[in-house]
Parts: sequence; structure tokens; C-alpha cells
Amino acid sequence: MNALYIMQKLARSFLTVLLIVTTVFVVLRLSGDPAVYVLGLDADAAAIEAFRDQWGLNRPIWQQYLQFLANAVQGDFGYSYFEERGAMEAVLERLPKTLLLMGVTGVLTLLIGIPAGIYAALHHNSWIDRFTMLVSVAGFSLPNFVLGIFLILLFSVTWQLLPSSGSGTWQHLVMPVLTMTVAEAAIFARFTRSAMLEVLHQPYMRTARAKGLRWHQAVRRHALPNAAIPLITLVGFFVGTLVAGGVVTESLFAWPGLGRLLVSSVANRDLAVVQIIVMLIACSMVFTNLLIDLMYGWLDPRVGSLRTGD
Amino acid sequence: MTTMTVTAPPLKSRLRLPLLIWLSLGWLALMLLVAVSGDLWVPFDYQGIDLRARLQPPAWLEGGNWHHPFGTDHLGRDVLSRLVTSIQISLLVALIGTLIGALLGTLLGLLAAHFRGWVDDLVMIAIDYQASIPFMILALAVVAFFSNSLVLFVLLMGIFGWERYARISRGLALSSVRQGYAVAVRTLGASPWRIYSRHILPNIANALIVNMTLNFPQTIMLETSLSFLGLGIQPPMTSLGNMVGFGRDYLLTAWWLASIPALVIFFTTLAFALLGDWVRDKLDPTSR
Repeated sequence: MNALYIMQKLARSFLTVLLIVTTVFVVLRLSGDPAVYVLGLDADAAAIEAFRDQWGLNRPIWQQYLQFLANAVQGDFGYSYFEERGAMEAVLERLPKTLLLMGVTGVLTLLIGIPAGIYAALHHNSWIDRFTMLVSVAGFSLPNFVLGIFLILLFSVTWQLLPSSGSGTWQHLVMPVLTMTVAEAAIFARFTRSAMLEVLHQPYMRTARAKGLRWHQAVRRHALPNAAIPLITLVGFFVGTLVAGGVVTESLFAWPGLGRLLVSSVANRDLAVVQIIVMLIACSMVFTNLLIDLMYGWLDPRVGSLRTGD
Repeated sequence: MTTMTVTAPPLKSRLRLPLLIWLSLGWLALMLLVAVSGDLWVPFDYQGIDLRARLQPPAWLEGGNWHHPFGTDHLGRDVLSRLVTSIQISLLVALIGTLIGALLGTLLGLLAAHFRGWVDDLVMIAIDYQASIPFMILALAVVAFFSNSLVLFVLLMGIFGWERYARISRGLALSSVRQGYAVAVRTLGASPWRIYSRHILPNIANALIVNMTLNFPQTIMLETSLSFLGLGIQPPMTSLGNMVGFGRDYLLTAWWLASIPALVIFFTTLAFALLGDWVRDKLDPTSR
């Protein structure tokens, strides 16, 4: 992996972040006069003028943009009129709950999805392979909120085993995690299976067998490491679906995390909070993709030495 | 797309697969029939309120009657009639969305492949940018900033997934431009428009159609999810996601309100996924 490759990836990530922040600023200004939005259409002119003065809304647009960038770098994204405190504060308060949900889901997904995919690939075309793939298709065709509704009907309404909303005990965590894990593990199982199948048909597997390795040795030493490389690209997609799935799942189960805050802020048009969450998600996606690129370049020397990769 | 060598599936699987495919086709045909003919036979106006007949269970349960086969909701509106309208709207939005996305993405992809240079760079940056943020978050942000309207929402559904069409059409167009037939037609003096519309597009259509079968159910999922959150299709209009969203508050007393539309969503997306898999295997034997 050469320095040029790393520099190129870093520059691209930085550019993407800048692009995102700029888009947020442009969209924010296009979406209407914040003063009118906050104070209402029938506020008197003096109050609106005072508000514009206070928030710097009557300065030239490029000054506002620079001010916006400066504030963004310092983590200052304005005031949440709905929560009546700093928007950043409101967001940070919800972060741990979301990270908990995502962390547990992430670990479970890897623990279920990858072994299921490997097993299916090793028993290609057997009934267990077909069954795994059928479950996997069903799993990712099932929208989060549909699965969640059925889980609530079963576990909360019919059997009265688990609480249907809120957080606090481990029981609260079961259904949201289950809802998200099903879809994620389905995708992982499918992807792992096709990555494994591809590797198992490579000539080097035949060579490994021909030089006397047992089947399971060949799989462990040659197939698994090679199949792991394409799996890394899936991680970026994984983080993205976790975020999107989290929004729906948190809302359904009234889980007090970022996703639910985002939905309620959108409904209340609490723009300061919306922009932080969007930027937070965008930055973590960019960071994830950067890590993936670097790991890819490190694991697969053919990639790391290329100057551009489409 | 991964390429690999394919061994012919054993005879048993070739016989077993079509049953699921037939079921999927049957379900989708039923949905299409309902969407097209629904207005002719729905028993009630989908917005018609009847407060004396609130929360009636479906006909096959105790207390239900065939007047309202799927029961009524909290305002006494007929669930069957609402379901029919919801299927119409959800399918229509997904259809329009998929077509807009396919047109937009393919056009940008072909432009990038044709002009190369800065046009190509610009399209690639836009593709990377789009792929770097979950579309649902972007859609939520747009709804927050511009407040919701039907036109905006349908446009959003159209933008969803454009980058995959763009990537596919750009990649395939780049490789087919260098192939014999395109070079031959160009040497004969055909205009770029003619080369792309008559020669290159038909050759890459397979991959684009496969992507459309993948994109359509995802658009349904996105639309119903947003509508479920109350941030998609707005009342008094209704969509499958809306019905589940409103039914959520009545899970304890009237489980059918959320379950019936939820099942319709699941069967529809499942049928598309099974069908999409099958079509992809048929059209592109090298990918699995």
C-alpha cells in the first residue's frame, strides 16, 4: 500500500465531508427563512429583525457559510427550539442507547450470518443450503417494521413475555435487536455464501487438495481467508442498513436513541437536531468507507498499489 | 456482481424452484388485478367514516360480518376498501419511482461513459456521495427541510437507487463502446444518439431490467417504512405503510388493523425478491 493511495483516499473522504456539510448549509437556507419558521408567520417585523440580528441571518451569505463551517468544526450546531437546549447536547444524550442497540445487533449478525453462509456454501445445493437461502430471502424482504409488529403481537400481546416499548432492562433490548438482526444476518449469510462459493471453485483450492491437505484444512487455511476479503466491502453497506433500520426500529419500539430523535425532529421540523444527526451519520459512513478502503489496500496488495480504482 | 463457474443444478432443484416462482407470480398478478380493478368492486369509500361500526373484527372472527370482510378501523372505515386503495398507491408510487430512477440513472451513466473527462468525474463523485449515505436518512432530511408533499415524496422515491443504474450503464457502455459492433456502426457514420439508443442500450438492457426488479421491492420497502413513520404518504391518502402505522396503536384490541397490510407488504416484497433472484439466474448465468 503506497502513500499516494492513502493520501488519495484521505483527500476524497475530506472532500465528501465538506460536500455534505455544504449541502446541509445550502438546503437549510433554501428551505425557508428560519426567523419566520421559529417565530411564526404572524410575528411582528421588529421581532423577526431582532432574531435575524441575533443569529447573523442578515449578513452576506458567504459570511454565514464561513460562520457555519467554523461552528461546525467546533461542534456547535445551534439551538434546538423543540428541546429548548443546545442541539448537540440533545443528540449526545441519545447516542449511547443507539450504540448499544447497534453493537449488540452487529455482534449477533456476524455470529449468525457468517457461519450460516459458510455452512450453506460448504453444503452447496443440499437441502440445508436451499433452506438457508430461502430464510435469507425472507429475512431481507421483511421490512423492519413489519417484523417488529409481528414480534410485538407474539411476545407482548399474545404471550406477554416482553415489554413492547421503552428501554432499561435487557428484556427491552430483545425485540429491537431481533428485528434488526434478522434482516442483517440474512444479507450477511447470502453474501458470505457467494464469496465462499467463488473461492471454493478457485484453482488454488484444487492445488491445496492435490498437495495432500484434507478438505477442512484447505477450507480453513485457503478458502476462509480469501473469502474474508470481499466481506470487508459489505461492512460499509452493513453500517448504512444498521443506521436506516435503527431509525424504523427505534421508532417502533420507542427506544430512546438517535433514530427516534431523528424521526420526531423531522416531524417537528427541529432542523438543528436533524442536521447534526444527518452529519453524524454521513461522517461515520465516510469514516467507515475510508477504513474499508485502507483495510482493503492492506489485505489485498493488488488494490493498494493501484492509483485509481473505479 | 461476482463471477464464478456454475455447475448445473440437479434436476430436483429445477423442479422445486418453479413452485415458489409460480406462487410469487400468482401473488403479484393478484396484486396487479386488485390495483387495476379495485375501483370497480370496493364495497365502501376508503375515507368513509362510520362511527357506529368502529373496530369491527374481520368476517371470519367472532363478531365479524361479511359487510366488512376485513373489519373496520378506529373510525369505522372499511379495512378492505382502504387496503385496495393502499395497494394502488403503494404500487403506483413504487412504479413511478423505479421508472424515474432507471431513466435518471441510465441517462447519467451513459453521459458519463460518452463524454468521459469532467462529466465522468462529476457523475462518479455524485455516485460515491449518494452511496455514502443511507438513502432513508437523506429522504428524512429532505422531508424535514422542505416539509412533505406528494410530488416531493414521489420524486424522492425516484431518486432512490439511481446510482446503481448509473454505475451499471456506465460500466457496460464503456465496455461495449470498444466492442466491434459499436465501432462498426460508428464507422458507418451513425450519430451518437443512434448508437446509444439502437445498439448499446438494447445490449445492456438485461442488466438494467434485473436491477429494476431489485429496485422495485426496495422502493416499496422505503415508501412503506417512511409512511409507517408518518413521514411519507400523508392522510387522507393512504398507503400500506400508513395502515400499519395507524394500526400499531390498536395492537392490543384490533390486531388485524396492522397485521393485514403488514402481511400484504411482506408477501409482495418476498415475491419480488424470489422472482428477482430467479430472473437474475436466468438472464445472467455467470452470477449467483
